[in-house]
Amino acid sequence: MVPKELKYLQSHEWARREKDSPIITVGLTDYAIEQLGDIVFLELPAVGDKVVKESEFCTIESVKAASDLYAPVSGEIVEINEGLTENLELFKADPYEQAWIIKIKADDIAEFESLMKAEEYEKQLKG
Amino acid sequence: MPFIANTAQQRKQMLSEIGLSMDELFSDISSELMRENFNLPDQVGEMEVVKCLAELAQKNSTHLTCFLGGGFYDHFIPSAVYSIISRSEFYTAYTPYQPELSQGTLQGMYEYQSMICRLCGTEAANASLYDGGTALYEAMMMALRITRRNKIIIDDSVNPIYRVMIQSYTRNLNIELDKSHCTTGLANRDEIMSLLDEDTGAVILQNPNFFGCIDDFTEIAEAAHKKGALLIVSCYPISLGILKTPGEMGADIVTGEGQSLGIPMSFGGPYLGFMATRMKYVRKMPGRIVGKTTDTKGREGYVLTLQTREQHIRRDKATSNICSNEALCALTASVYLSLLGKDGLKETAQLCADKASYAYQRLTSIPAVKQRFKGKWFFNEFVIDLPTDAAEVIGSLIEKGFAAGFPLSRYYNNMENSMLIAVTEKRTKQEIGMLAEALEAVL
Repeated sequence: MVPKELKYLQSHEWARREKDSPIITVGLTDYAIEQLGDIVFLELPAVGDKVVKESEFCTIESVKAASDLYAPVSGEIVEINEGLTENLELFKADPYEQAWIIKIKADDIAEFESLMKAEEYEKQLKG
Repeated sequence: MPFIANTAQQRKQMLSEIGLSMDELFSDISSELMRENFNLPDQVGEMEVVKCLAELAQKNSTHLTCFLGGGFYDHFIPSAVYSIISRSEFYTAYTPYQPELSQGTLQGMYEYQSMICRLCGTEAANASLYDGGTALYEAMMMALRITRRNKIIIDDSVNPIYRVMIQSYTRNLNIELDKSHCTTGLANRDEIMSLLDEDTGAVILQNPNFFGCIDDFTEIAEAAHKKGALLIVSCYPISLGILKTPGEMGADIVTGEGQSLGIPMSFGGPYLGFMATRMKYVRKMPGRIVGKTTDTKGREGYVLTLQTREQHIRRDKATSNICSNEALCALTASVYLSLLGKDGLKETAQLCADKASYAYQRLTSIPAVKQRFKGKWFFNEFVIDLPTDAAEVIGSLIEKGFAAGFPLSRYYNNMENSMLIAVTEKRTKQEIGMLAEALEAVL
């Protein structure tokens, strides 16, 4: 199931904004995790790195492929989920909470608002 | 190599299949790079071709007694090496992507990796790279990926050919290359320490260095680590039979040219780059890695591992796109090392060192010959200063049947009269004596 309160990218990243905050939390959808197969490695960026909307910010490696993850908004990385690299099973167990990957301080929050809504993302998955 | 037919009729057919003309097919190549012709002679019969090529081959001076080193060395190769590697099961340079068909080759590569690790004193090695120079470049890029920095310090006692390669590869990559200058025969610690800062990704050194001197980089490794930088050491594998390993010195990435491990010297190769590192950096290491595993029935087997970082899967985003491996040369190295064994390698290294030491004494006892780096330890290569231009002296010694050494003026200022001489286990006391006499005669 696709959580209703989140926003999405075509490339299967989810983005969460806490109420009125400029901080956007980013993770990977259930569907993408399923497609990747067993995840074996996550290469995190560093706090302070600048990211650009729809550009890659880190690499995730499964037994099948090493794939890039794309940023939903432009801004600066303010937090990374370091514990996740040691507990990759969290991706399967809790993709939308404990398996968050990075938090970005958005330069322009309008970029977040313009992301895909849950219904649209669901439609993409079915399409 | 098989003969592949390519008739006008076939070319026409292939072009019409893809719907292009010959010009369109090669339109990506800019016109100034396109040649009208290559000045090739008209076709002749096989007999004439063989005669012509044999005559050309005879121009090579393969009869010279070799004291020439500088990165490639004239070591003895047991005949069994070639007999084993030329078995048809082994005789290919191709990467065994399909493990179920390639267990023998994969096991050979796994053993090669294990031997490189033991030689270098490191935890993990890849299945080889193109040559010593590209291996060093790849190590540098790897260090910059790990540290996310863009400054490199390289001492000019690192093989100048490697340094030129690094310059060519990095010219357009926004990498700052800082050079420290070797004046005493050893890496310039003061300069390295003053250049080291929070932007430095790696310090690149070589042991034994290009002048043959032996160094211990332990304190440089510690200083680099304190600043968050890595130490990369390029080394000469035979010397590791008796020398302290780069791993023991604290090197993070170790590379080198593997030619000395059973591969003949030939102009242009094929040669063998090796690379080893700490386990924690293994995912940042370019190139193929063979791992040992068990199959569904619990039997031991070998596979290429961590392939998802590699160019056949990750294309332009791969860890490297010039990490061509040298599978057959790597196999050669592992066969050579197996045949020598632990004691044989030690003995070979000791023989090189002893004979070089004898040659040094013999040559520097010639009154006109001076020691360049007096009091410094060396492995099997050393620098002497002549009273005259070294390149000219080396030229006259070729006529006397010696490839006597390398003229350092080729890459270093103010070393016009300096010459680098290498001695391997193949050189006899008599040959060393004859070189000394010939040198004395031309001075």
